[in-house]
Amino acid sequence: MELVDEVRKGSVRALAKLITLVENEMPGGIEAMEKIYPLTGNAYIIGITGPPGAGKSTLTDRITKELRRQNHTVGIIAIDPTSPFTGGALLGDRVRMQGVSSDEDVFIRSMATRGSLGGLSRATSDTVKLLDAYGKDYIIIETVGVGQDEVDIVRTADVSILAVMPGGGDDIQAIKAGIMEIGDIFVVNKADRDGADRLVTEIKMMLGLSSTEREWTPPVIKTIATEDQGIDTLVEKIKEHREFLVKSGMLACRRKERIRCEIIKMIEHEIYRYLDSLIGENKDFFEQRLEDIVNKKEDPYLLAKKTVETIAKRISKNANV
Amino acid sequence: MNQDKRIRVLVAKPGLDGHDRGAKVIARALRDSGMEVIYTGIRQTPEQIVDAALQEDVDTILLSILSGAHGFLFPRIMELLKEKGLGDILVLGGGIIPEDDVPELKKLGVSEIFGPGMSSQTLINYIRENLSQG
Amino acid sequence: MIEEDIEKIQEETKRWNRDCLGKHTFRKRETDWGLEIKPLYTVDDTKDINYLEDIGFPGEYPFTRAPHPSMYLGKLWTMRQYSGYGTADETNKRYKYLLEQGQTGLSVAFDLPTQIGYDSDHPLSQGEVGKVGVAVDSLADMETIFNGLPLDKLSTSMTINAPAAILLAMYLTVAEKQGIGPEKLNGTIQNDILKEYTVRGTYIFPVGPSLRLITDIFEYCSKYVPKWNTINIAGYHMREAGATAVQEIAFTFADAIEYVNAGIKAGLRVDDFAPRISWIFNTHNNFFEEIAKYRAARRLWAKIMKERFGASDPRSWMFRFHTQTAGSALTAQQPLNNVVRVAFQTLAAILGGAQSLASCSFDEALALPTEESVRLSLRTQQIIAHEIGVTDTVDPMGGSFYIESLTKKMEEKITDYIKRIDELGGAAAAIEKGYIQQEIQESAYRYQKEVESGGKVVVGMNSYQVEEPLPKGLLKVDTEVGAIQIKKLKELKTTRDNQKVQSTLLALRKTAEGHANLMPPIIEAVKAYATLGETCDVLREVFGEYEGTSVI
Ligand SMILES: Nc1nc2c(ncn2[C@@H]2O[C@H](COP(=O)(O)OP(=O)(O)OP(=O)(O)O)[C@@H](O)[C@H]2O)c(=O)[nH]1
Ligand SMILES: [Mg+2]
Repeated sequence: MELVDEVRKGSVRALAKLITLVENEMPGGIEAMEKIYPLTGNAYIIGITGPPGAGKSTLTDRITKELRRQNHTVGIIAIDPTSPFTGGALLGDRVRMQGVSSDEDVFIRSMATRGSLGGLSRATSDTVKLLDAYGKDYIIIETVGVGQDEVDIVRTADVSILAVMPGGGDDIQAIKAGIMEIGDIFVVNKADRDGADRLVTEIKMMLGLSSTEREWTPPVIKTIATEDQGIDTLVEKIKEHREFLVKSGMLACRRKERIRCEIIKMIEHEIYRYLDSLIGENKDFFEQRLEDIVNKKEDPYLLAKKTVETIAKRISKNANV
Repeated sequence: MNQDKRIRVLVAKPGLDGHDRGAKVIARALRDSGMEVIYTGIRQTPEQIVDAALQEDVDTILLSILSGAHGFLFPRIMELLKEKGLGDILVLGGGIIPEDDVPELKKLGVSEIFGPGMSSQTLINYIRENLSQG
Repeated sequence: MIEEDIEKIQEETKRWNRDCLGKHTFRKRETDWGLEIKPLYTVDDTKDINYLEDIGFPGEYPFTRAPHPSMYLGKLWTMRQYSGYGTADETNKRYKYLLEQGQTGLSVAFDLPTQIGYDSDHPLSQGEVGKVGVAVDSLADMETIFNGLPLDKLSTSMTINAPAAILLAMYLTVAEKQGIGPEKLNGTIQNDILKEYTVRGTYIFPVGPSLRLITDIFEYCSKYVPKWNTINIAGYHMREAGATAVQEIAFTFADAIEYVNAGIKAGLRVDDFAPRISWIFNTHNNFFEEIAKYRAARRLWAKIMKERFGASDPRSWMFRFHTQTAGSALTAQQPLNNVVRVAFQTLAAILGGAQSLASCSFDEALALPTEESVRLSLRTQQIIAHEIGVTDTVDPMGGSFYIESLTKKMEEKITDYIKRIDELGGAAAAIEKGYIQQEIQESAYRYQKEVESGGKVVVGMNSYQVEEPLPKGLLKVDTEVGAIQIKKLKELKTTRDNQKVQSTLLALRKTAEGHANLMPPIIEAVKAYATLGETCDVLREVFGEYEGTSVI
């Protein structure tokens, strides 16, 4: 695995290539990740989520600058949605990260969701590991700005930051929709706008309501990302939270939970691949079954059961080889 | 469900010129043809563009210049790409570039220049064909 | 028109539609902004328009017909080709040529480093010096550009935005050296930063300080340069970026409202600066739409100033505009076809009542215009002015059922957009949210798709194509301009009084950190031959820089 060796030697080019390899599920990807895995575990992973336009990219840029000032290296993964109709994507987060885009110790990668829901792309967690193995101290993940369903970030990041802005109208609604639970730190960005203080109060109230005894009370921080205000406090809080996680043993718990989820996903995905190719190879057969099922000549349960059996056979056959 | 290799394109506007209508229209058209398009905004330095190409591992770079500064910007970008070992990226140009200057740019390794009035389908086809060969 | 007549006409129209037109097949037409155009307009379509209130008389509120009572019978528009390239010397020669050919005003194009406040020796200026306009590094270049030109007899328009205050200071100083006082000067600086953020890109400072520079200019000029148009709010570039005619006016007015608010907030009286607001718009291909656009804009601006801002000076209500024909409508294919396009666009601009006009040259889709092509374009204006009779009466299109109806519809659509932007918190907020950029891009993309599908015919480009040889004789900017400018800069820095430069720049910094008007210390720095880059750097350090908000 030349690329892995080169990544270990610090080649940016190899890192970028490996991400592509993994993202495209090309041959050699899994083998590479097997080699990468033992090298991971040193980076601290920050997730930033929130509604569209809240300032996630700008915050990412400023947090990175602050971390760089403290001599930490940073990797950034910025995720934007893939169009379900065309499969294409416009990845525009980099525009707001101009301040750090030419810093040698910052690596920015834009990724499209490629059909995965939950605010991340399927290859995000592997990309995190690659950046980790490469030696980045901090990895920041900016999720898709969907504002409701970004539960995935909690499982992928060590700390989840929820960014909102005043005057969005739907800001508080988005929070009510249940993502309140995911924030370890709340950021009210665009505090230069009217209504920031009110929003802070509202969030604090909701936090007060929603939680039973918490060991960590999520702080609510006001920032003006464009003017670099509040960023140092935010980074301090990130570090404070990290200390809390380490001391309470929760960091280890979270990471264990993360790998548990990842394993399950890997298995699901592997099985799904068998299913996908099985259906692909037997299109006519499945079409016919479908017809029969619709006409009540057959039942769907039987088909499902038989399909699983066939997959199982294929898997065991492959395992024997 | 093997992900087929998605084409990744960097659409960039080097130099000081801020007229990005063409770049944006093209970025959208490429997206609608199923490509992943990284757009970095206006007023990009050659260094920024090449760094982005490196980190994003793009297959193609599309440079749009209307200000007449192509004579400086293209050579600089091509030089940096080679320096960073990115000589294999398909580099295309668009905007207002006089025909007279095209041979010189091609000598530098720019694959093709698409002038005003070019249809986005022509560009899409060109990218697809040239990448599948490569 | 009496009621019975209208009813009868309505009935007859229905009948005609059903029995006469209905028997034929025809294509439905729609404007770019979604209005279905009827096959026929009659008095029925203008029945809700009140002549005295909505249309009125030239030179009187609401100015639908014209800003001046006698219009072109009293004074033709200013013929003002946008030009400038290379060094100050070359540009000075081009201006003298154009004036000899009968041009009546100057319009200065600056190169991109000048527009963004970099000297020619700045690393980011490499390859850009003198390319899209003339390079100005210091007062010395401005002295050369206007050498031998009588500034008290000319009106000069300068397309300069972020560093507008500095270029204006240079112009005032050049005039002073010619012995001409500021009160005699006529002209315009563009000074419209908001559209730089959205579509044109030559910004330097963040929104707050940029608006301060603008209102400082308003204040200074209202006292000392009373005839100067302190801002030239631009829809032109939005249209070039793909906006529809309605969006062009709507977004430009939204920007204008932001500036007027800023002026009022800065403590100025609206009637002290509103009369010096001027405009630049884009005259595009759709002939009647363009005419209606300008009529609608005149009426709506008058209402906005009177009703929204309570302006009481009629000159504050008056919408006077410069227009340029659409660069984006020119094709690189069969470039001579552009002569025809430019002629029609020019005609529409005049029927729309322009005060000042720049017509494009046919080779501009390929390069900067040559002497011959720019002369032909100027001749186009002169033919329209003198030969074809369209200047013989005021607003000859007024009263056309189609034009009046379209004028009204456009005014309504523009008003809707302005309301929407008000809801978003005004133009600056709407820009920050990316709203204006996105609306324009949607239009641009829709247009592109129509052209590519052939739904929109562009002669010579997607239809009626021919094989053609490569165009010859295009203008090429001397690649040595950069080197020449850098050499001049070096010399300047050894010959000027550098202590004076430092002390004036320090004074500027102090003022920038405080709240006093920036114009006086800028003028002092300019007089000491501080360079444009040095002056802007001081302001950059105090104000910070705007970060791009490319929205896609
Ligand atoms: N006034 C103000 N504007 C801000 C602030 N932070 C960001 N912005 C602006 O808000 C807009 C959106 O910022 P982004 O950073 O792109 O927001 P985002 O959440 O990454 O957006 P998506 O990725 O599109 O969901 C940009 O125009 C920023 O310049 C702030 O603190 N104050
Ligand atoms: Mg973003």
